Amino acid sequence: MTSPVPARRGYDRSRAMKTTIRLQHEAFDAAAEMARMTRGRTDIGALVTFSGLCRADENGEPIAALTLEHYAGMAEAEIARHVEEACARWPLLAVTVIHRYGRIRPGEEIVLVATASSHREAAFAAAAFIMDYLKTRAPFWKQVETTRGAAWVEAKAADEAAAERWSAPPPRRDAAK
Amino acid sequence: MRLLYFAWVRERVGKMQEEIDPPAGVTTVGELMAWLARRGEQYAYAFENPKVIRAAIDRSHVRAEATIAGADEIAFFPPMTGG
Repeated sequence: MTSPVPARRGYDRSRAMKTTIRLQHEAFDAAAEMARMTRGRTDIGALVTFSGLCRADENGEPIAALTLEHYAGMAEAEIARHVEEACARWPLLAVTVIHRYGRIRPGEEIVLVATASSHREAAFAAAAFIMDYLKTRAPFWKQVETTRGAAWVEAKAADEAAAERWSAPPPRRDAAK
Repeated sequence: MRLLYFAWVRERVGKMQEEIDPPAGVTTVGELMAWLARRGEQYAYAFENPKVIRAAIDRSHVRAEATIAGADEIAFFPPMTGG
């Protein structure tokens, strides 16, 4: 899904703001996604990317793979809501979120969040914000394959706390340029 | 209305989705969970601890107090573990 985000709250939206949200089983190429976001533009001064990868262990136990179940239809809508919220909080120029589903092996990438802005502060903050909400609000569930069989990954209180911190009033837009 | 189940809620109920027609007295998500829990052993197991189960109505998160009137699709699932 690629669509322009409507203007809001007084930010200058005369420049093209591009949002890309994709759910897919296939692996993605983070470098290619980054290049696509900045190609032909000279207004982007900061591009932050976060890649989430599949580890070979869960709670100290080795795993062969994980399988991500998702609620098709809601997952994309929920991610779009949080990307829109990020765009309302920070002056972003481009956002890309790609989340994989299905069986994923250790070492493979699961999720990509990339945020572009004129300055690093907004890009860093927006990437953390989107990622924290993906963890606790996007309808995905991880199941790991251990030597004892399949097990659902339990939600972590730390992830919930990380998302909760954004409930405080948004940061000042003129901070830390 | 259509019910969808995900992750271990789906496994415990034993199905991905179903059409239901709850009685008139069932008006909220919480009441719907309580009603479902009385439908049999598998439902009782799935909804034994309703406090941990999350719900969405028509693809938006809702709390247990939310009304189900007019809902086309209600989903039940464990806390999310994406990202």
